[in-house]
Amino acid sequence: MSDIAPRPPATPEGVHPFPHRHLTGIQGLQPWEIMFLLDEAEQWIALNRGSAQARHDHRLAGLTQINAFFENSTRTLLSFEIAGKRLGADVVNMAVAQSSVKKGETLIDTAVTLNAMHADVIVIRHEASGAVDLIADKVDCPVLNAGDGRHEHPTQALLDALTIRRRKGRIEGLTVAICGDVLHSRVARSNILSLTALNAQVRVVGPPTLIPAAIDRMGVSVHTDFDEGIAGADVVMMLRLQRERMAGGYVPSPREYHALYGLTPDRLKQAAPDALVMHPGPMNRGVEIDSVVADDPDRSAITEQVEMGVAVRMACLDVLTRTRRGVEGWA
Amino acid sequence: MNPLAIVNGRLVDPAGGIDAGGLLIANRQIAAVGAFDIPVDAQTIDARGALIAPGLIDMGIFAIDIPAFVAGGITRAALMPDQSPPLDDSALVQRAAAAGKPNVWIHPIAAATRGLAGAELAEIGLMKAAGACGVATGRGWIADSGVMYRLLSYASALDLLVISNAEDGGLAAGAVMTEGETATRLGLAAAPAIAESMAVARDLALAEETGARLHLRKLSTARSFDLVRAAKRRGVRVTCGTSPAYLFLSDVAVGPFLTFTRLSPPLRSEADRLATIAAVADGTVDVLCSAHDPQGPEAKRLPFADAAPGMAGASTLLTLTLGLVRDGVIDLPRLFALLSANPARLLGLPGGGLAIGGEADVILVDPEAPWKIDADTLPGAAGNTPFDGLPVQGKVLKTIKGGQLLG
Repeated sequence: MSDIAPRPPATPEGVHPFPHRHLTGIQGLQPWEIMFLLDEAEQWIALNRGSAQARHDHRLAGLTQINAFFENSTRTLLSFEIAGKRLGADVVNMAVAQSSVKKGETLIDTAVTLNAMHADVIVIRHEASGAVDLIADKVDCPVLNAGDGRHEHPTQALLDALTIRRRKGRIEGLTVAICGDVLHSRVARSNILSLTALNAQVRVVGPPTLIPAAIDRMGVSVHTDFDEGIAGADVVMMLRLQRERMAGGYVPSPREYHALYGLTPDRLKQAAPDALVMHPGPMNRGVEIDSVVADDPDRSAITEQVEMGVAVRMACLDVLTRTRRGVEGWA
Repeated sequence: MNPLAIVNGRLVDPAGGIDAGGLLIANRQIAAVGAFDIPVDAQTIDARGALIAPGLIDMGIFAIDIPAFVAGGITRAALMPDQSPPLDDSALVQRAAAAGKPNVWIHPIAAATRGLAGAELAEIGLMKAAGACGVATGRGWIADSGVMYRLLSYASALDLLVISNAEDGGLAAGAVMTEGETATRLGLAAAPAIAESMAVARDLALAEETGARLHLRKLSTARSFDLVRAAKRRGVRVTCGTSPAYLFLSDVAVGPFLTFTRLSPPLRSEADRLATIAAVADGTVDVLCSAHDPQGPEAKRLPFADAAPGMAGASTLLTLTLGLVRDGVIDLPRLFALLSANPARLLGLPGGGLAIGGEADVILVDPEAPWKIDADTLPGAAGNTPFDGLPVQGKVLKTIKGGQLLG
């Protein structure tokens, strides 16, 4: 066995810390670019915890941020809105219910329309995998993926990595178990990409009907037994199981799912004694996670994840608009 | 019309071999093959060593797209019943049969069931009388085994070929890719590759039971070919086809959500791609078809799962499959058997050979000419080809239909 402990990646000499126009996914990012975004986010945690007067920065003043959410969202939309406003941007939300998308306009036409309004950054959530890449090709400003289908949700992976790093002091060398509906989860895919890039050991745990084919090719181990899957894990990351998938389509019932794959205080004993419990929310209490576990401040990082979300999104908005703002070294 | 003499070519006859020589066309028919005296009133084409071969018979196209057919050397095309409205009535069949004349003849395939719904038999006897060259399940599969059983029994009495789209509807429901690493990474809904072979197994069992002639339109997996291979050995009256996409592309080609690679069946694994080539090499595959399905940007410039399946393939069918000859998988006469003679035989159509007295459906082909497939300039209704940007060799120089030079 090797004695060489994994180390956090560092940006190589002379390499630009983040040479990307958009953030459409974790796929395509170098490990040090992920670390760069996490480092950038640290400053905003302190600012966000400050007084009402101190909670503002004006670097995005005069810039227009459009949040185009083609799929319903409360917390992610709110998080991006707060992040933009804390940085001084003019934030506009486009919700599907009020949009021409309902009138049959194609996604490309919507993208061209948003572009013609001279947005400086567009944040997009869409129900179809690949939709954000499609829009990113058609607009002149940076695009941030806030979740596309089952494909990617990069800011969620970044906020999860930041949460883990702050609570555990490191990511490399940790064992992270991602549990539940991996098949339909963009959170799982982005987390697998970022955590494996940062040298964590990643396991996916769930019933075979909710584990996608060939997922082991992404560098994870697959476990269908929950106790075995979380045994000794440093982080237990639970995924949301949507209600419509509990009714016999993928698992027989919420009751059976809870019995086999729900995180209970008893189950958690299989994990490392100081294991961290995470959940991207919104939670189905009593289905995939018990309230006792979710609300235990010593074990659960769930509210901290929400807090880190704002900081990470501020960092992404800042970094992606640096070229537009003419920040030195980013022109 | 004056006779047409093509000289200095290399004749490719699916039934024979390759011979230096020429071809004389008179009264829309092949009048002489090999060496002949050129009539004084004949128009002469110097082939300059190009291949002289029978025109392609494309077995199962979705749209009548004459410019694409002429560019691809296709002189006859069997039209799938998936039209609007579906070809489930003799009047519709009759109308479709007249649609391509005189340039390219369209041979309609009748819908096996009313509205292609897979529930009630359509009037396939009347449609046969109206000119249908076969019956097909269309883009879909007939899920109800009882309906498929009765269809095959009924069609066998009419000696009509039943063309099935083998894909288990339950497994493939909602899927846009084949299960595997690429689909998992892209987060696209996927079905296991056995969705095809399960459907093949059932259709073969029913064909064996009824003695009907079954053609499996586009197969793409190792297991499917194994089943067909074994069934042929048992004497089941089954034939099968495939398309260039399954010979030359695997699911990794979907890459960053390229909707031109959204096909039905979806692109498969590399192992299945190699099995498809092996099935062409060992004679399991009887037909190579384009499944020509031109789709404009309104159907393809969408998120991957929302895009329509299908590719424009008529103009590149011969060019791409000439690669099989260069790679030593099959020889030229065999290639033209798969592209022309076999479809003619299965559908009961004229053409497919260079016999004297036969219909003068002939093409001139330079098998070496290099060019690049370009979606923006592809001949035909739309350029939705997954081979966009691919450098290829082999070009149709002239397409002659019934003695008439088309281009």
